[in-house]
Amino acid sequence: MTTRSTGWTVAVTGLLTVVALYFLVPVYWVVIAATKSSGDLFTTPGFWFGRTMELWNNVVQVFTASDHIYLRWLLNSVIYAGGGALVATYLAAAGGYALAKYDFRGRNLVFGIVLGGVLVPSTATALPLFLLFSKLGLTNTYWGVLLPAMVSPFGLYLCRIYAAATVEDSLLESGRLDGAGELRIFHSLVLRGMAPALVTVFLFQLVGIWNNFLLPLIMLADDKLYPITLGLNAWRSEVDRSPEFYPLTVGGLLVSVVPLAIAMIFLQRYWRGGLTDGAVKG
Amino acid sequence: MTATETVAAERASAPAPVRPRRRRKFLGAPWILLAPFLALFVLTVLAPVILAVAQSFTRINRAGMFGEKGVTSSFAGFDNFTQALTNSNFIQAIGRVLLFGVVQVPVMTVFATVLALLLESASARWPAFFRAAYFLPYGIPGVIATILWSFLYVPGLSPLVDAGKLVGLDIDFLGPNTVLWSIANIVTWTYTGYNMLIVIAQLKSIPSDIYEAARMDGASPLRIATSIQLPLIRPALVLSLVFSIIGTLQLFVEPQVLHTVSPAIVSEYTPNLSAYTNAFAYNDYGIASAEAVIIAVAAFVLSFGFLAWTNRKGRS
Repeated sequence: MTTRSTGWTVAVTGLLTVVALYFLVPVYWVVIAATKSSGDLFTTPGFWFGRTMELWNNVVQVFTASDHIYLRWLLNSVIYAGGGALVATYLAAAGGYALAKYDFRGRNLVFGIVLGGVLVPSTATALPLFLLFSKLGLTNTYWGVLLPAMVSPFGLYLCRIYAAATVEDSLLESGRLDGAGELRIFHSLVLRGMAPALVTVFLFQLVGIWNNFLLPLIMLADDKLYPITLGLNAWRSEVDRSPEFYPLTVGGLLVSVVPLAIAMIFLQRYWRGGLTDGAVKG
Repeated sequence: MTATETVAAERASAPAPVRPRRRRKFLGAPWILLAPFLALFVLTVLAPVILAVAQSFTRINRAGMFGEKGVTSSFAGFDNFTQALTNSNFIQAIGRVLLFGVVQVPVMTVFATVLALLLESASARWPAFFRAAYFLPYGIPGVIATILWSFLYVPGLSPLVDAGKLVGLDIDFLGPNTVLWSIANIVTWTYTGYNMLIVIAQLKSIPSDIYEAARMDGASPLRIATSIQLPLIRPALVLSLVFSIIGTLQLFVEPQVLHTVSPAIVSEYTPNLSAYTNAFAYNDYGIASAEAVIIAVAAFVLSFGFLAWTNRKGRS
């Protein structure tokens, strides 16, 4: 592309910079707003610092308010998203491998039903799931959110494709010749080879659970069980009655957004990998 | 039987020796590997789907004013569906998300495609930085993004409203005519970078000798984009459009969160919000389930219809 003039480069870069402002301004705003007292939030210009620097105070407030509940919400989110995604990835790997490498009666039926499950929107199952779980006494417990998080039909679909393409029959045969059982072969020989697909499945599920709002909203009544999204929303809905929740909510937003934003930048390439797999095969 | 005879016998049945043997030998193994997944799948996906369909055909009769004399249920036929589809709030909600989808989905897709083409054209500096900046909002959960934007919409707090006043504009982000587009802005902000990455992934799979041949023939960058890149990234665009259509029908989080700051967002603002309200505010699970089934079926029909339409267009 040596024929392009520098003028063209400047124009395109300028345009992309303006677009970048659109995507970054809300994040910039929350960084600035988190340094302000609740008075300054309303009386000083939104895109510049206030009269006093309150960032430390605000962050301390966020972590100590209502008996450290924010910390608890963060921890809950990590349990729901991390624990759920870990189990979901393992189960999808085992199931996907079984469907890819064994020939057994009912294999296509099982795969067909699970594939149908990929297409069922999660919002459609949230309400009946609540009714079912309330009969089982699972609503308003960690399990109410965790159990649905442990299933990833899309993950199983991806793992099946990956296992079919990469797990060699000769590897399995040599394991069997050595006298290893089928489960042992899966755990010690197959699982490691599937790692690239497992990372993608794990990340998709992690983000999916972390972002899910409807299911915990329906399942949980006790705010001690809330994930961070639900907790911040609870604080947000308090601000109209009591303005002291403004700095709390803004500080809480900052603390939750920064790690996610950093993680997103570093994990970008995994998404592209996963997306291409899906796009090429699908 | 001698050793050679055994080998010969095995050779004779050579075409399908592995399959039947494997089936016999490892009968249990695949099911043991599948069992935990299937158990949870049945509990959290299959059973709820069946329950939702069953509920949508069920009428709940409460004896006495509050059901204190016992609750019975009976088969309702299509009553719940007729009731849902004649509920003007639900119909308005469907119209609203259709309008939203017709405007927001194409705008976002074009936006994402243009950004991907510009970033891949190698005519901008720092492409890695821009790609990361555009993708960053995707990592922020919808609820958090909506709370964040709600602060940028609320008069008194919003620097955008202040900036508008400076130039004599009175911007109302939360009014009855504007709030739908304020929601569209949040969705666009969150998902453009994601769709851009899908397109970039597809662009990267185009072999570089195609570009070289085109340049040899004297094709301009614009010509390369319209004649080579756009046709070749069509599958990625179709995929991202289908995801966007399904996502639009499911719209829930943004209006639910903005509801506290915008009176224009009524309790049945989107189809999903309507199902939620019917279930938890009115305790009418029959109607709510019927609405959930209608939304899911609509998502199926729209995405398959769209796929069929693009396939036919691709062939002709």
